[in-house]
Amino acid sequence: MQNVQKEVYFDNAATTRVFPEAAELVMKMMETDYGNPSSRHIRGMEAENAVKEAGERVAKTLRVKPSEIIFTSGGTEADNMALIGTALKRQKRGRHIISSNIEHAAIYKPLEFLEKQGFEVSFLPVDENGHVSAEQLANAIRPDTILVSIMYVNNEIGAVEPIEELARITKEKNASCYFHTDAIQAYGKYDIRPKKEQIDMLSVSGHKLHGPKGTGFLYLDERVNISPILLGGGQQRDFRSGTENVPGIAGLGLAAELYYKNHAAHVEKMTAIKDRLIDRLSAMEGVRVNSGKGLLSAPQIVSASFSGVRAEVLLHALEEKGIYVSSGSACSSNHPAISGTLRAIGLPKELLDSTLRFSFGLFNEPEDADICADAIAELLPVLRRFTRR
Amino acid sequence: MQYQSFLIKYAEIGTKGKNRYIFEDALMQQIRFHLNKVEGEFAIQKEQGRIYVNAKSEYDYDELICALQKVFGVTGICPMMQIEKCDYETLRREVLAFVQREHPEQAFSFKVRAKRADKHYPVTSDEINADVGYDILTAYPKSRVDVHNPDFIVYIEIRKNINVYTKNIRGAGGMPIGTNGKAMLLLSGGIDSPVAGYMIAKRGVRIEAVYFHAPPYTSERAKQKVVDLAKLVAQYAGPVKLHVINFTEIQLYIYEKCPHDELTIIMRRYMMRIAERLAETNDCIGLITGESIGQVASQTMFSLRTTDEVCGLPVYRPVIGFDKQEIVDLSEKIGTYETSILPYEDCCTIFVAKHPVTKPNLKSIKKSEEHLKEKIEEMVETAVSTEEVIWCS
Repeated sequence: MQNVQKEVYFDNAATTRVFPEAAELVMKMMETDYGNPSSRHIRGMEAENAVKEAGERVAKTLRVKPSEIIFTSGGTEADNMALIGTALKRQKRGRHIISSNIEHAAIYKPLEFLEKQGFEVSFLPVDENGHVSAEQLANAIRPDTILVSIMYVNNEIGAVEPIEELARITKEKNASCYFHTDAIQAYGKYDIRPKKEQIDMLSVSGHKLHGPKGTGFLYLDERVNISPILLGGGQQRDFRSGTENVPGIAGLGLAAELYYKNHAAHVEKMTAIKDRLIDRLSAMEGVRVNSGKGLLSAPQIVSASFSGVRAEVLLHALEEKGIYVSSGSACSSNHPAISGTLRAIGLPKELLDSTLRFSFGLFNEPEDADICADAIAELLPVLRRFTRR
Repeated sequence: MQYQSFLIKYAEIGTKGKNRYIFEDALMQQIRFHLNKVEGEFAIQKEQGRIYVNAKSEYDYDELICALQKVFGVTGICPMMQIEKCDYETLRREVLAFVQREHPEQAFSFKVRAKRADKHYPVTSDEINADVGYDILTAYPKSRVDVHNPDFIVYIEIRKNINVYTKNIRGAGGMPIGTNGKAMLLLSGGIDSPVAGYMIAKRGVRIEAVYFHAPPYTSERAKQKVVDLAKLVAQYAGPVKLHVINFTEIQLYIYEKCPHDELTIIMRRYMMRIAERLAETNDCIGLITGESIGQVASQTMFSLRTTDEVCGLPVYRPVIGFDKQEIVDLSEKIGTYETSILPYEDCCTIFVAKHPVTKPNLKSIKKSEEHLKEKIEEMVETAVSTEEVIWCS
């Protein structure tokens, strides 16, 4: 590596560094309070209390009941549980599901699976900002629609969907239809009120908010009933069998509490970094920013396309300078498949392979935006000189 | 039952006349090297043109066989019963008991092949063949003798001790590493080059490797993949010294100064030049590539001639006449395929022209290289002097 200065980790939408307090708690739950919550003795009770406390902490951030939180192995499991669990439970009532065409693979893969099982899925298009239109949703809802699942914040460009409006329309058109949202990039960044916003189910991942990997939860409104997809010992009121990941759950609970503790300040900090980076990038020649400033998009994500530069090369060139970013969506960047979201917002074909995602977390500092922008300004002319002809 | 002894069979090296002991010692050294990775204690013993592996502790049979199957020079591994010399009646009883343990199946064809190296033993080989055959036929009424194409052969070797075995597990073949000099392998991360390295190593050649890294155009993962491949080759070839050369500057310089359709060929010529320099400073007496005629533009006969031209050392291209599928089959067999197909870009493809020359003209290539005169020597010097060495084993 050359010219390493301060490291800048701008890949927080892929994963984040764990809060030291949360890491410490995880450690304690592994070394000291290591019981099984289902055991009858005191060690079991301690573990059960830790899970309960995590449930309370999380529930508080959403203003819901602790009993409405089902801990999972992460966002993907929460999404699978919501979609497949609803389909299994409600298939007699109807076999139609609505989603959007910018969802994460953890949504569209289970939906493709359900299509093969004979369900019908409508994927709504988005506009050039990545927004689902309420009107189109209204037109798509039918009497046999059992579930609408629309993501809260898009993971690739940070577009924020009008979830409250979409949920309201869903309920107006079909009162018995469930509304689910993949809030994996939204939780922690927004004050989410599922009861007020009429969200029946909401998926969250722990490691996007400085919590441990392998953790997450599904908020499941108490009036909603779905089938479990993991069967076994009947833990978590039969919704999700399997011994609870006690250390992970405890870590997630604490991370959620810390993330929401100074919420306004946290969001402000990330928004400032975002706006600074957008300002700097917009001023460069041949750069197209795919995310909005301020409240127009999520505080932690900037997507930008660099014409005449391959994203992967720019990524590695930044890596040499100790700046870590992601091409497209990191969860899927191992696969050469081109992003669905970028296509869906109508990004010109020649820019699809030239797009990077910068994503921020609470450990970033305002000057990180400038360090990153300076590096890009230096690299672009060099990389543009050498391209495939 | 756990076998206590294994007879190691080898073919070609038995025929090397006065050099024979060199080959046998090299083979024993290689066996020792591979057995170091196996849990348990083993003694390797040489006796009158035979090599034995004796277990001195508990061990896992499959792990041991798998390790022995990776030793070049071994043609067969025979798990055997070794007993001290005993009277003839005891011998017949022991042999029958061994056959019964080895072959629980009832109906089979067999033959007995006794070899009396110790002529003092009171019974002749023919007599042993007949008597043991009789014993087996009596114990297994459904079995039969087939001298031409038996299901198995019962070998009885009367030497210092008596060896009895019926199984011969196929070994890797070839010649022991270290009996045939050292060569420098151009390792790219693709399917072909690890196979080429394996094939040359199989002939007893020690391997070093060179990888051309082009950050930021190729990623750390691409480099890791090459390290992983070198480790896989090292499973057979022994520790591989991998030279990682930063090639970016040279590549970009060629890109700027030379016609684009000649980029790959000129790049290949510089790779060969650098590989040869590394070979010479590391006592390698040949280069190895995974090229196969006509596979890509830089591997046509015309292109090969052009890249070959810069090398003084012989360039070994063991897969030169293989079809892609044949190379793939071999890479699957030796276990490199899964790693080779990981989708990380290597430096040969990053700037590749849409229509590269397939019939390069040596004169024109040389003329293009004139444009590099100003800086290229210095760049090559820097690339070589800043190499990163990674030992892969």
